Amino acid sequence: MSGLEDLYREIILDHYRNPRNDGELPTPPAQRAEGFNPLCGDEVVVYAEVDGDKLRDVKIAGQGCSISRSSASMMSVAVKGLSTTEVREVIRTFKAAMSMHESQLESDEALPGPRADLSGLGDLAALQGVVKFPVRIKCATLSWNTLAQCLDQAEQAAGS
Amino acid sequence: MGRPATLRIRGVRPHLAPYTENVSAASDTLAESAGRQPSVGTSRRPARRLEVAAIKSDFPVLDRQEGDDLVFLDSAASSQKPIAVIEAMDHYYRTSHANVHRGVYRLAEQATNLYEAARSKVGRFVGASDPSREIVFTKNATEALNLAVRSWGRANLRQGDAVLLTEIEHHANLVPWLMLAEEIGVELRYLRVMSDGELDLSQLEQKMTGARVVSFTLCSNVLGTLVPVEPIVSAARAAGATVIADGAQFVPHMRTNVRELGIDMLAFTGHKMLGPTGVGVLWGKAEVLESMPPFLGGGEMISDVRLDGFTPAELPLKFEAGTPPIAEAIGLGAAVDYLDGLGMEAVRAHELQLVEYAMRRLAEDHGDRLKIHGPQDPERRGGVLSMELEGVHAHDLSQVLDSRGVCIRAGHHCAKPLMRCLRVGATARASLYVYNDESDVDALSAALSEASAFFGLR
Repeated sequence: MSGLEDLYREIILDHYRNPRNDGELPTPPAQRAEGFNPLCGDEVVVYAEVDGDKLRDVKIAGQGCSISRSSASMMSVAVKGLSTTEVREVIRTFKAAMSMHESQLESDEALPGPRADLSGLGDLAALQGVVKFPVRIKCATLSWNTLAQCLDQAEQAAGS
Repeated sequence: MGRPATLRIRGVRPHLAPYTENVSAASDTLAESAGRQPSVGTSRRPARRLEVAAIKSDFPVLDRQEGDDLVFLDSAASSQKPIAVIEAMDHYYRTSHANVHRGVYRLAEQATNLYEAARSKVGRFVGASDPSREIVFTKNATEALNLAVRSWGRANLRQGDAVLLTEIEHHANLVPWLMLAEEIGVELRYLRVMSDGELDLSQLEQKMTGARVVSFTLCSNVLGTLVPVEPIVSAARAAGATVIADGAQFVPHMRTNVRELGIDMLAFTGHKMLGPTGVGVLWGKAEVLESMPPFLGGGEMISDVRLDGFTPAELPLKFEAGTPPIAEAIGLGAAVDYLDGLGMEAVRAHELQLVEYAMRRLAEDHGDRLKIHGPQDPERRGGVLSMELEGVHAHDLSQVLDSRGVCIRAGHHCAKPLMRCLRVGATARASLYVYNDESDVDALSAALSEASAFFGLR
């Protein structure tokens, strides 16, 4: 299956079959946010417990395809225990890696390259191949947008 | 299955052949009808076999030279277009385009005549008694339903009035009602779907009691369920309720006669029945449409405009504000000609036989690993197969199938409430049409096996 191996790396299938940080957290103290992919019906629920400036714990619930589930699983591993500033930086890096210039999409040249490098993010590097399948990018970014929403909620809660 | 001699019918290419067991009877009928145009949409001819190889050659996209052969199994989302439709639109733009119902010059008259001829064809196709007044061209089935709900609903419904819908509706027949409910506070009731994909009609009379309108799909776009029209219409008549039908998944596949169905309004779309995108249809009984206020306001839908008011145009222009989709309507007319050439009885017989084959083949090849939602009796369903393959999400399945040129739809199919009833987030839907044959089903089944293997389930 040419091309499919680029998308479905073994590590992705592993996170899909054995999702890390699967479950829920009590709210409060955790924040809870839901993300929907209106195109396909995928749903993710992210629980994030922020303590001071630290993301103490993350859990993921919901249902979705291998790309959205594995991306959420890898995200939870990558961000757990980081400071919220570091988490936001990881979110930015990942989303940049998943976004493409329109010129890249339109050109017939070799497959478009990501604008950011995931190689420093461990297992997440396996998701680099998703950019070659533009309709699946929303699957990969769903949980990340939802985590960002959790952080916003935590900030608001702390500020109020 | 033998391959009988092909026959030429009314100038259409020989895409039809009588069923082998029925050769003489079918030939007689063909000989009779050869010299005249049968009454379209109401004819009852013995179903003949479609010559799918010849049909496939009418669809240029199925012959495109890119990668694997295209196995197109997503016609429930949008069908492909035959050369006849593409050429009708091309010819119109090359020879006859002008705005309709405006100019007095001959070119404009020609365009108007073509547009109105398309209206007549579409009306006859669904058995309308007065196509020139009862067929309204819209943008798509969604707009046709919004027209029906907004115009009829606002004029006829008051706070607390009951509207009967079903749990298997497409969002297009749900959201407009939900919007109306927010606006004027109507009560929405639903006929429930049972685990076998059939509607639970045991509470039909009770739920119809006091309902002002019932609006339901004739065929589920997710489950393929063919909804039993007769009991619903009977109950509606007894309750004095208006009947609106969503025919988006029905009209392209089944002989449709609005008078026999006994309904008041029918919405359907061109692009699912071999026509172009951008044109849909609302059929309504003339007296029902007459009683409804205009939907969108603008040019073409008026007979007079003053600074303090306006007088709407007569039917059907009252509901066609602005320049309509002229080329698209003409393309839809050509699509209707093409389907008439095949014969809708033959189209249904073909799809029924193909669904039977698909359900048997998929069960043999995949057993319990593959669940097909909806009625298990092919007679009770259209050509839609919503599948769940154990351990493989619909998105991933669709992606693997695409790598083999097999096009299916993955997702919630714009029917989220139904998906909640089914307790699934997404299904992989294969849908069949006139240009599909057993080889397409075989390719689907082989690709499903590869998906199972790829995700390590074998």
